[in-house]
Amino acid sequence: MTFFARFRLATFVLALLAIIVAAPVLAQKSGSDGAPNPTASVTSQRELLQQVPRITGRIDIPDTRASVLIQPAGRTWEYFHQVLLRWGGAIVIVGTVALLVIAYLILGRLPISAGRSGQKVVRFETFERFAHWLTAASFVILGLTGLNITFGKAVVLPLVGPDLFSDISQLAKYVHNFTSFAFVLGLVLILVIFLRDNLLEKVDIDWLKQGGGFIKNRHAPAGRFNLGEKMVFWLSIAAGIAVSASGFLLLFPFYGTNILGMQLAQVVHAVVAVLFIALILAHIYIGTVGMEGAFEAMGTGEVDLNWAKEHHDQWLAKKLAAEDRRGEPTATPAE
Amino acid sequence: MARMKFLCDADRCIDCNACVTACKNENDVPWGINRRRVVTINDGKPGERSVSMACMHCTDPPCAAVCPVNCIFPTEDGIVLHNKDQCIGCGYCFYACPFGAPQYPQVGNFGTRGKMDKCTYCAGGGGAEAPGSAAEFAKYGSDRFGQGKLPMCAEMCSTKSLLAGDGDIIAQIYGERVRKRGYGSGAWGWTTAYHKDVGV
Repeated sequence: MTFFARFRLATFVLALLAIIVAAPVLAQKSGSDGAPNPTASVTSQRELLQQVPRITGRIDIPDTRASVLIQPAGRTWEYFHQVLLRWGGAIVIVGTVALLVIAYLILGRLPISAGRSGQKVVRFETFERFAHWLTAASFVILGLTGLNITFGKAVVLPLVGPDLFSDISQLAKYVHNFTSFAFVLGLVLILVIFLRDNLLEKVDIDWLKQGGGFIKNRHAPAGRFNLGEKMVFWLSIAAGIAVSASGFLLLFPFYGTNILGMQLAQVVHAVVAVLFIALILAHIYIGTVGMEGAFEAMGTGEVDLNWAKEHHDQWLAKKLAAEDRRGEPTATPAE
Repeated sequence: MARMKFLCDADRCIDCNACVTACKNENDVPWGINRRRVVTINDGKPGERSVSMACMHCTDPPCAAVCPVNCIFPTEDGIVLHNKDQCIGCGYCFYACPFGAPQYPQVGNFGTRGKMDKCTYCAGGGGAEAPGSAAEFAKYGSDRFGQGKLPMCAEMCSTKSLLAGDGDIIAQIYGERVRKRGYGSGAWGWTTAYHKDVGV
């Protein structure tokens, strides 16, 4: 007999023993149809709570939520909300800001190495920028009003007092609920518009090998979007779908779900939202103070020719070639 | 200082729902809001028990902890009250409550919640209204407790299944019953609400 065969036999014997020992206890608790044995004189709350996570029964009112008699998981959810989420969320968000400050102190503002050429190329069309800013504006509103639910009572309430804080939070709740629709619209537009340019390519590996443009004197090649931007895109889409789906469950409470579903939806919504905020903080950093010439892309829609050469050489080459074929001006001089 | 609690002796509850009716009548609770309800376990089967449940006025109330605007608080008698003027109707207290106590009036389409409503132990409200005033009654219901009386649900219970009062005293009454009759399904919700069971 091999070692594994012996091991299997021992496991089987143990399992058999467990069944034999447990059998009388089980027989006492329930009959063949799952009903408790008539000879058992007492239904015990303690045993019920050990068997099921929630004690439920029949009620005389239409509100199905009321059929849950006891759900001790409420205290577990309280622990998540008051301890894990508050500390975890604070550490992730404050930590991200701290890391970005350190990054700025070490790297500084990444300059356009060759300096500005004075020539502009169109990077984002008006509709593309509309989709971005619709999502961005609603994200900021949703982020701030959402953070208020978890951190407001620790940060804002001591400053403004309970009555004013309550009014602010009430307004914030409605703003959060209704802004969600604008965010989802923006998310769908972004997915449709930018999907094709965010598919992974071979050049992304080269970009990674060259240190993603963070190492001086090493050129990192990229198409319309580099690997870093693609990661922001895909993570944003994934997080956006997760917060939207869980958010709509919370917005329409108990529609097709129960108390456990609502608790889980809140957990998913909160955890993903905190990570999403950290991701977008990094995105905002690199798009504004972190890099010279980057903000213009989403600001005016036009970037400097040298910036495009340094960061998106393959995209620029294709764009210029296409415009050459059409006989359009390659780049417009700055006014 | 007395620590007010509820205890439902499920082996005595006959599912008559008088506690539910008494609560609704005493506090003028609107349609769709049920501060107290009776849940029947193993309905129609051997081992059937009915339990009357409302806010248990927990020790370390989880609803108060998760409330984003800190509008829920325990009084010095251990009664959990809330301020409806500050409530934003977010629904978090319902997710945290082990007993499904918080109720919300429907104020708009879909799931729009109004100000939370729940059992006040017939002790009025936690807002700025004067105790026993008409304004307080309209918003929160009766203040029997301020008059030295116990909640109407327990006072009305025909089989004295639902007990209200000082936690130590009602635990002692229940313990004596269990010892005398030889069985008891337990003090429903006590371990979850008060972190301790009734010693029998």
